[in-house]
Amino acid sequence: MSIQLKLEDVETYIGQFHILQGISLEVRKGEVTVLLGRNGAGKTTTLRTIMGLNPSTKGTITFNNEEIQSLPTYSVAQKGIGYVPEDQGIFSELTVEENLKVAMKNESDRTKERLDYILNLFPDLKKFWKKPGGLLSGGQKQMLSIARAYVNDNELLLIDEPSKGLAPIVVEKVMESIIEMKDKTTIVLVEQNFMMASTIGDQFYIIDDGQTVQNGAMEVLKEDDEMRRKYLGIA
Amino acid sequence: MRKVKSIFVQRKNIVYTFIAILLILFPFMNDSRSMMILFTQVFIFAIFAMSYDLLLGFTGIVSFGHAMFFGIGAYAVGIFMKQFEPTLPYFLLAVVITILITAIVSYVVGLLTLRLKSHFYAMLTLAFASLFLVLAEKWRTLTHGNDGFTFRTPELFRDRLDFYLICLVSMIVVFLLLNRFTNSPLGKVLQAIRENEQRTESLGYSVIQYKIIASVVSGVLAGFAGILYSVSLRFVNTSVFTMDITLDALLMTIIGGVGTLIGAIIGAGLIEFAHHWLTELAKVHWIFERWIIFFGIIYILVVMFFPRGIVGTVRNIKMKSKKRVIEKSEQQKAAG
Repeated sequence: MSIQLKLEDVETYIGQFHILQGISLEVRKGEVTVLLGRNGAGKTTTLRTIMGLNPSTKGTITFNNEEIQSLPTYSVAQKGIGYVPEDQGIFSELTVEENLKVAMKNESDRTKERLDYILNLFPDLKKFWKKPGGLLSGGQKQMLSIARAYVNDNELLLIDEPSKGLAPIVVEKVMESIIEMKDKTTIVLVEQNFMMASTIGDQFYIIDDGQTVQNGAMEVLKEDDEMRRKYLGIA
Repeated sequence: MRKVKSIFVQRKNIVYTFIAILLILFPFMNDSRSMMILFTQVFIFAIFAMSYDLLLGFTGIVSFGHAMFFGIGAYAVGIFMKQFEPTLPYFLLAVVITILITAIVSYVVGLLTLRLKSHFYAMLTLAFASLFLVLAEKWRTLTHGNDGFTFRTPELFRDRLDFYLICLVSMIVVFLLLNRFTNSPLGKVLQAIRENEQRTESLGYSVIQYKIIASVVSGVLAGFAGILYSVSLRFVNTSVFTMDITLDALLMTIIGGVGTLIGAIIGAGLIEFAHHWLTELAKVHWIFERWIIFFGIIYILVVMFFPRGIVGTVRNIKMKSKKRVIEKSEQQKAAG
């Protein structure tokens, strides 16, 4: 399978803090790559650095064989990378419809097809179509956030902790939707919930102190109790 | 639910149309010249406040230099009417020049400053406005400095009734245009920027370009309000560039309700009428001469208790009651 996204020795500072100190990873097309690690390890910053929200100071980020590390955020997004942030980033005063329409780059048949698909996946969004985003529940906001990133023909989705703060039943729904989307787009997922990560993920990278320290097929991690205990604090 | 909303929109449109008809008929039913002049001022400041609302309420940009566009419009028409003939073609030429200058200035100022964080942007716009104030004070051969100058206006604007109607129609047209603009896809992107700049950027929008568009549209409209203002007085001096003018727009927008457009009109009405009545009350007690104190108190109270302004608060109450109705009906459905 071809490499869609590649990070080579990427370093990022936030203010005076040296957060990413050498991230290297490869994301293969059509797979779900999960970034794992303890709190504060640098997983979210990795996604933000790919998007250009926290620009890197060293290293290269290649997307579809094109270097993107010096591009502004909107150009990175225009290349076909969708981002679902940890805080969902819903526009609370815009309706569900407006939230999705703002995200849609065009109204082509393909976009409409994707919109129909995502609305079937999340029927709650259809139900609250004309309601302001701020009135949605936490789970519905997460669905809207994922829908917004998916509705465009993005080749790669960066999803940051989609299960955070959600009730187990909603987590299940979100997980099912990501599994469904797997066939249509490449995904980089940051997830603390190991059960969810191991169910969805094809390959994993463990980030520790701003560096990628382990990687491989998800099956390997599932069977390696020692590695899980050492880097993730779970048996 | 859609039916309820369309009934609500229809009712709102009927109320707006009714008020517009009342305002058109007002000068024919009431012969008070001072009231007609007061209403004319309200219409002009409503245009100015709506232009500010586009920045503050719809895009989340706080500008302390909005008076510079108002002043450019006021001086452009004043200078044209004074230097050339006070005829309609020259007036229209002044309008075109105002549009060009305000568009260029707002574009350049926006390009230089809108990349900055909001408070730095606000301070820089204040600096740019001060620059225009100093220019107007020092370029005496053209502006007559602080003293300003009077000028004659085209025949069309000399009659107070005609001018009242022109200002009213201008306000209605600006309201309709801005209403359309803010409800367009571009307007929705501006509202998304107001809510979360980074998020909008990561959806693929160049935030700076959209902010500049809002700044240019807002600047041009403020310049147009400045034109009408100086024509109404047939006089212009450096006061049109002062911070007071920007503060008026800020007060009108915040008291009426930011991000609503109609709030800016209501705010303009309230401020202008309050100014008028409080000044009249100066005969009763000297404290009313210092009407600005009362504005300060009103402003503090509004920000503390009605941060969304009059229209925003009313909309909030309506939204809450709608939410309650929906919840109730859903509960009934679940029980049934």
